[in-house]
Amino acid sequence: MAEKYKVLYYVNQFFGQIGGEDKAGIEPMYKEETVGPALGFNGLISEEGEVIGTIICGDNYFNENKEEAMKFILDIVKKTNPDIVVTGPAFNAGRYGMACGEIAKAIVEQLNIPAVTGMYVENPGVDVCKGQVIIASTSDSAAGMRKALPVMANIVKKIVKGEELGLPEEEGYIPQGKRLTVFSDKRGSQRAVEMLLARLNDEPFETELPMPVFDKVNPAEAIKDLSKATIALVTSGGIVPKGNPDRIQSASAQKWGKYDVSEKDALGADYCTIHGGYDPVYANELPDRVAPLDMLKQYEKDGVIGKVYEYFYTTTGTGTSVGNAMKFGKEIGKELKEAGVDGVILTST
Amino acid sequence: MVKEIERYGLPIVHMATITTISQSVGANRIVPTVAIPHPVGNPSLPHEEEMDLRRKLVKKALDALQTEVSEPTQFE
Amino acid sequence: MKLELRRIHIKDIQFGDKLAVENGVLTVNKEDLIEKLKEDERIKDIKVDIARPGEKVRIIPVKDVIEPRVKIEGAGNGFPGASTKIAQLGDGKVNVLYGAAVVTVGDIVGFQEGVVDMWGEGAKWTPFSKTYNLVVDITPVEGLDPHTHEATVRLAGLKAAEFIGEAGRKVEPDEVLTYEMESNALETKKYPDLPKVLYVEMLISQGLLHDGYIYGVNSQLILPTLIHPNEELDGAVISGNCVAACDKITTYQHQNNSVILDLYAQHGKTINFLGVILTPELTTLEGKFRTCDYTAKLCKTLGADGVIVSEEGYGNPDSDLVMICKRLENAGIKTALITDECSGRDGMSQPLTDTASEAVAVVSTGNVSHVVTLPPADKVIGNAESIATLAGGWDGALLEDGTLMCELNAVIGATSEIGYHNCTVKLY
Repeated sequence: MAEKYKVLYYVNQFFGQIGGEDKAGIEPMYKEETVGPALGFNGLISEEGEVIGTIICGDNYFNENKEEAMKFILDIVKKTNPDIVVTGPAFNAGRYGMACGEIAKAIVEQLNIPAVTGMYVENPGVDVCKGQVIIASTSDSAAGMRKALPVMANIVKKIVKGEELGLPEEEGYIPQGKRLTVFSDKRGSQRAVEMLLARLNDEPFETELPMPVFDKVNPAEAIKDLSKATIALVTSGGIVPKGNPDRIQSASAQKWGKYDVSEKDALGADYCTIHGGYDPVYANELPDRVAPLDMLKQYEKDGVIGKVYEYFYTTTGTGTSVGNAMKFGKEIGKELKEAGVDGVILTST
Repeated sequence: MVKEIERYGLPIVHMATITTISQSVGANRIVPTVAIPHPVGNPSLPHEEEMDLRRKLVKKALDALQTEVSEPTQFE
Repeated sequence: MKLELRRIHIKDIQFGDKLAVENGVLTVNKEDLIEKLKEDERIKDIKVDIARPGEKVRIIPVKDVIEPRVKIEGAGNGFPGASTKIAQLGDGKVNVLYGAAVVTVGDIVGFQEGVVDMWGEGAKWTPFSKTYNLVVDITPVEGLDPHTHEATVRLAGLKAAEFIGEAGRKVEPDEVLTYEMESNALETKKYPDLPKVLYVEMLISQGLLHDGYIYGVNSQLILPTLIHPNEELDGAVISGNCVAACDKITTYQHQNNSVILDLYAQHGKTINFLGVILTPELTTLEGKFRTCDYTAKLCKTLGADGVIVSEEGYGNPDSDLVMICKRLENAGIKTALITDECSGRDGMSQPLTDTASEAVAVVSTGNVSHVVTLPPADKVIGNAESIATLAGGWDGALLEDGTLMCELNAVIGATSEIGYHNCTVKLY
């Protein structure tokens, strides 16, 4: 049989059998043996893998001396070069969960070694690492250890062998928040009819698309003196210089563009739309119908506003993910803030 | 995009036709516009009237930027 | 109304001397078809090709797909109001060349056209990899404005389907499907205890390449309207080559609307299917409020207990979808919605642009930004380069060896929001 795969284990002072809360301040240490849950875990994978050692660190020490603790731990990982790292399970222990999550995430991101942990779904450590790390869903207390370990072992086996993980509920992990397109054995219309029938008969049903929840931002303070303010114009209407020099996508935009308009009175004939989501004829006749540079320049001339910011920012809104829209907003906002812009007009189609 | 720009403390006005979406998403200053393919224009109007329409819409947006708000507000 | 869809199973398409169906093989005389379509003086050139399931053929940029049929009994052959004289549809007998499709391609008009792969990975993502496709490549004369260009291409597709459909006029069908429903009053008398169900089919109605047509009437111009499901199955609704390829409702999908068919299958058993309400998705807020109110009012007036609502497109129509849902649920009418989602290439983004807490039962037909890699084809019908400008494509999406990387956005029918295909989304 091939060589066994190597697992490195991380636990806190309690599961590392050093002691309870009074020992939470101990510095990290490494033992070339299987301590606490690592022992049980080793038994579950012993046919094909082995736990090569256990890192133990006090929860308080980790959270208060993150840099030192992390350096020690990552050094051990580099030295021992495991195939995968397992942290926890942390159940609903907050500080332990944060440690398990941050360590696992750092190992994945910095060393490119896979990591698995286990937590109760409400543990604050879940949000720290769920995008990068597979987290087995456990009960809220250590009484769930006997159930948690086989689930984690099973996930570890699949990851090490490069097998694809199934659905979260099948494999027992907390969803990472990735919405993946897959094939169903029934077409969509059939599923809709069945869902409606279930509702009409007061039977249980499950939506395939839980409604999104949008967060809120506090309104920024108003501009005090418009006649001294610099105003920037931004659009998601896909208005670009003719020829689309930056090749901004007509739908599902992956980037934005900015163009110097300081010498222009209007967007006019040099611009057009590449937006794939609306009838382009009217915008192509006159792009200022989508991004009203003409009027802003007029108000600048009349002294109503101090200045129109020299760059005009643009992207395509249609089919563009909220994730990308947020990224664009962050990047554009940063530039505008740094340039000393006082207010922004954003037009959408 | 609107929210992320506002997070820098920059007042921003969203000129959009489907203001229901702006509100759901959480824009704070909203100016309703004409139609999706031409938010600040109307090709069916004579040139002068269309210019006037756009001038007024942009003025509304500028006014919105000078107005303190505490929650998502539409400037009709 | 009583409509018979008499299916003649097509197992191959060949070019030949005459137009005929023999033993399931459809023979088409290319020159005759070209001559017929060139009667329209706005058309400069027509090319015709065949793409069969399993062949390593890529068709791009696809505008519409149409099922070839001929009406042998009852009023209205073809697409009344759009390509033929107006007539009341929904009654009679139609011979269907089942398994065959007319696929229109040609110069790109906008960004909404798409790709159909007949084999391998790409075939999984589109329902039109399973049909024998007669591909009509249309080149209009120069100088047409975009609206006329689109109309020319749209009409040519319909005409081609009518022309080909004639081949089935005298052929005995392999199966006969009967769709029969009388007035709501009579049906309700027959099935007094079954819950009454309506289908609200939303149609993009937003200008060039974004309009649906009902008996030739642009859906932009209508108030939401009630039609008998048979009318749509009989060709009353056609595609204006709308929106992104993945979720546009092609004319073929109107002719075979899967929600209508699946509701019909339950009619008289578990539900009393009342009919279809066609609702435009408009570009103004006033318009959206008006159509959503009006749609909800029709559902209430007809006494619906449950409603299925299907969207067309994404982005601003998400708002119409949740507004209709909200109004229905608040009136005590239960809904099930069908939509696709824009969750980003990594699937980590919020799936819709608008939201309503009332939307508790939603079918997702896939993420339009899901990226697929389609291996090189042996033969490309149309123009492979056009992927750079299609919605869902990008510059560089076509690799040097002919491999195509694109979002589902660009694949015809991939995330059909009438649930015609079997994609869905799972949370990982």
